[in-house]
Amino acid sequence: MMEQVPDVNENEASGSVATYTVGLAFALLLTGASFLVSQTHLLWAPGVTAGLVVLAIAQMGVHLVFFLHIGTGPDNTNNVLALAFGVLIVLLVMSGSLWIMAHLNTNMMPASAILQMQR
Amino acid sequence: MNTQVVNTQVASGPAPVRTVVAYGFWIFLLSDIILFSALFASYAVLSAQTAGGPAGRELFELRHVGAETLCLLFSSYTCGLGLLSIGRRRMSAFYLSFGLTFVLGAAFLGLEISEFAGLIARGAGPSRSAFLSAFFSLVGLHGAHVTAGLLWLCFLVGQTYAKGPRDFVRRRLLCFSLFWHALDIIWVGLLTLVYLMGAR
Repeated sequence: MMEQVPDVNENEASGSVATYTVGLAFALLLTGASFLVSQTHLLWAPGVTAGLVVLAIAQMGVHLVFFLHIGTGPDNTNNVLALAFGVLIVLLVMSGSLWIMAHLNTNMMPASAILQMQR
Repeated sequence: MNTQVVNTQVASGPAPVRTVVAYGFWIFLLSDIILFSALFASYAVLSAQTAGGPAGRELFELRHVGAETLCLLFSSYTCGLGLLSIGRRRMSAFYLSFGLTFVLGAAFLGLEISEFAGLIARGAGPSRSAFLSAFFSLVGLHGAHVTAGLLWLCFLVGQTYAKGPRDFVRRRLLCFSLFWHALDIIWVGLLTLVYLMGAR
């Protein structure tokens, strides 16, 4: 069915050699920065985790824009909406699991105390 | 003025098949990313539960992981270049780019298999602790995706050779490139959460 619709107006060139090269350069730069931050004392030690998360999110953005061509074009609205929904679910799954499990851990009785109660 | 013309064009008729196919495949990729997020969450919860066994600090070699990252990034780049060359009907450039994509992907897979084999040989297999179970299922699932991607790549290159750069072949190549780039995004998360944070 789909095959019979002629491909008029095929916007073939999504991206160019330049966009891919810029994307690769950004990705390499951000990866290098992540390694640097994790291996040296460049950042204040308690802030390293936050720094790594920020660098990772920035690199994911670079991949989305330069490699997957998720942008602001009119034919891209649906892709962006689907991405927003996906990000919502991922955040719920990740933060929800961490939050719930951390609370369970702090509120759980130590194993020895449970054994005491069963006597 | 110009954007208005483009807008009415898009609104007046059905979207090009290529756009629709890419949208459908994008939805699949997002569902795949949600599958990964469940494993990421379980890894984050279990990463401290080493059961007296080795922790990530003692196990991960960042030099090795850096080489894996470079393989994946450059294979993504060559994959994108290959997609551009098939759009311009430059067949030899396309075969060269996708050949490089395959070689780099296979190099990544080889590095990962050697890492896994080394861990198992040191007695740090998936059955050692909850941390290692979560580690092997998360990183292993990414490796399984790369393996599937390499098989898919071989199939598509064969199809391009047999059928030429027709519309449907190019749409399949577009879907493959989206898949390959999405695996990179997941690797960025893996690198940060598992390796860089784990090795500290």
